Amino acid sequence: MEQIISAQQVTFCYQNDEGESHEVLHLLDLDIPKGQMVAVLGHNGSGKSTLAKHFNAILLPSGGTVYVDGIDTKDPQRLFDIRQTVGMVFQNPDNQIVATIVEEDVAFALENMGVDPAEIRRRVDEALQEVGMYEYRMHAPHQLSGGQKQRVAIAGIVAMRPKCIVLDEPTAMLDPRGRSEVMRTIRKLNEQFGITSVLITHYMDEAARCDRVVVMDDGKILMDGVPREVFSQVERLKSVGLDVPAATELIYHLRQKGYQLRQDVIFEDECAEELARFLKEQNVDADH
Amino acid sequence: MLKDITIGQYFPGQSFLHRMDPRMKIILTIVYIVLLFMASTLVTIGMSVVFLAVLYRIAKIPGKMVFRGIKPVIPIVIFTALLNMLFIDGEVIWKLGFLSITKEGLWTAFLMAVRIIALIAGTSLLTYTTSPIVLTDAIERLMSPLAKLKFPVHELAMMMTIALRFIPTLIEETDKIMSAQKARGADLESGGLMQRARALIPILIPLFISAFRRADELALAMECRCYRGGEGRTRMKQLKLGGVDIAAALVFCALAAGVILLNLYLPMPF
Repeated sequence: MEQIISAQQVTFCYQNDEGESHEVLHLLDLDIPKGQMVAVLGHNGSGKSTLAKHFNAILLPSGGTVYVDGIDTKDPQRLFDIRQTVGMVFQNPDNQIVATIVEEDVAFALENMGVDPAEIRRRVDEALQEVGMYEYRMHAPHQLSGGQKQRVAIAGIVAMRPKCIVLDEPTAMLDPRGRSEVMRTIRKLNEQFGITSVLITHYMDEAARCDRVVVMDDGKILMDGVPREVFSQVERLKSVGLDVPAATELIYHLRQKGYQLRQDVIFEDECAEELARFLKEQNVDADH
Repeated sequence: MLKDITIGQYFPGQSFLHRMDPRMKIILTIVYIVLLFMASTLVTIGMSVVFLAVLYRIAKIPGKMVFRGIKPVIPIVIFTALLNMLFIDGEVIWKLGFLSITKEGLWTAFLMAVRIIALIAGTSLLTYTTSPIVLTDAIERLMSPLAKLKFPVHELAMMMTIALRFIPTLIEETDKIMSAQKARGADLESGGLMQRARALIPILIPLFISAFRRADELALAMECRCYRGGEGRTRMKQLKLGGVDIAAALVFCALAAGVILLNLYLPMPF
């Protein structure tokens, strides 16, 4: 499969105020194929945000290479092609909205790219419809809820028609309702429009719903696989300070107590089914 | 309480004054100010004032809004009027010691007072019928020829836009910081002027730090959206001069012609 992002032997160092060099990423390899929805997990300081910033040339690797859709991010001539290919959404929705009217903000990237006005109008309306914010197009950002603002920020990226969106903890500052609005939007963009998504998150239930989970620790990739596979390794995740989805956790503790349950449960409804099956079996045994 | 602050004084509406091209509105406002200072007879100044009153009527701006705009300049109006009244030579009609009021002085004082009030009311009409963001946009476009002289027109407009965008955000943040400091026992309401000014420091410092952090993140988000200054930038909304704008310009031309002619043929009525 074709790779949209390919990081090869990437190392990144920065100098702190005392002039000491500090290595954040260490010889990291990661390929992200087109159309995938990938979650990146890791505790604070594991380098996951730093890695994300390499995906659209905000940061350039100190060693190794990052290719975005086949373009080396170190090529200054292709900078804006890279930024158009990989859009980025940040944590705080307030700090990424530039204009005072929703539709003007969504138009911002296209105006920067020098797109024809009629085409901007069309793409802005489309992007707003895709994230479900079309009715709010004339609102001022401060009249919107956190989740709505974040969807506007996503629309501002979607309007560029990127092949990939990198979201750096987009739900961290939102209430549960805002979180589910944003997650639904990301899912929809991935499924209906085939936009590759890289979701950096702290929420395990969000990661469980992705196609693939990458766990980072100390600037390296610790685990990489489908959610079921990764989350079944409860002890290994806990050792690097991460949680597992609540359903997995419950099953894990029950298994520790000796109950014969399936190991790879990650969703709540699955967990309920598994427990129901188990209880039914127990009853059948007791009847005999 | 801080939430009640409104930015600018835009008064939303659907009148043709609201729908006019903001560039034309700015130009016509300037024309109107020039006319006010050209009108030097009772008839012409009266015409200018009545004309403005009609425009307010059309825009459906309530009278108390007009008064609110004028209120801050009343001391200046009185001061100017007094100076004019007392220091202009001419036919003395009243005298007390070294102070004397002349007929000419009285007329000039009246004329100046009317001019200042009409000037403020006229420019307020522009801000009442045009939202700050549209106004910024119009100023950018009107000043765009200056960009050839390396004047940073786009950058200034961008700064204005971002400032307007972040005013509500920062007001909300100030509110939060004030509550947080009050919860820590900060006393913001009592004491003299110095003490109260000092009490603001624990509010301003966190506000500044957070504003810088926001600026940093915003710059990053703008870069991610391919921002590279004003060069090669297009705009979604194009301003177009319509029939309304041309009609308005013609009406202003008629008014200007009227003022100039009547100034010449009906001079000084008193």
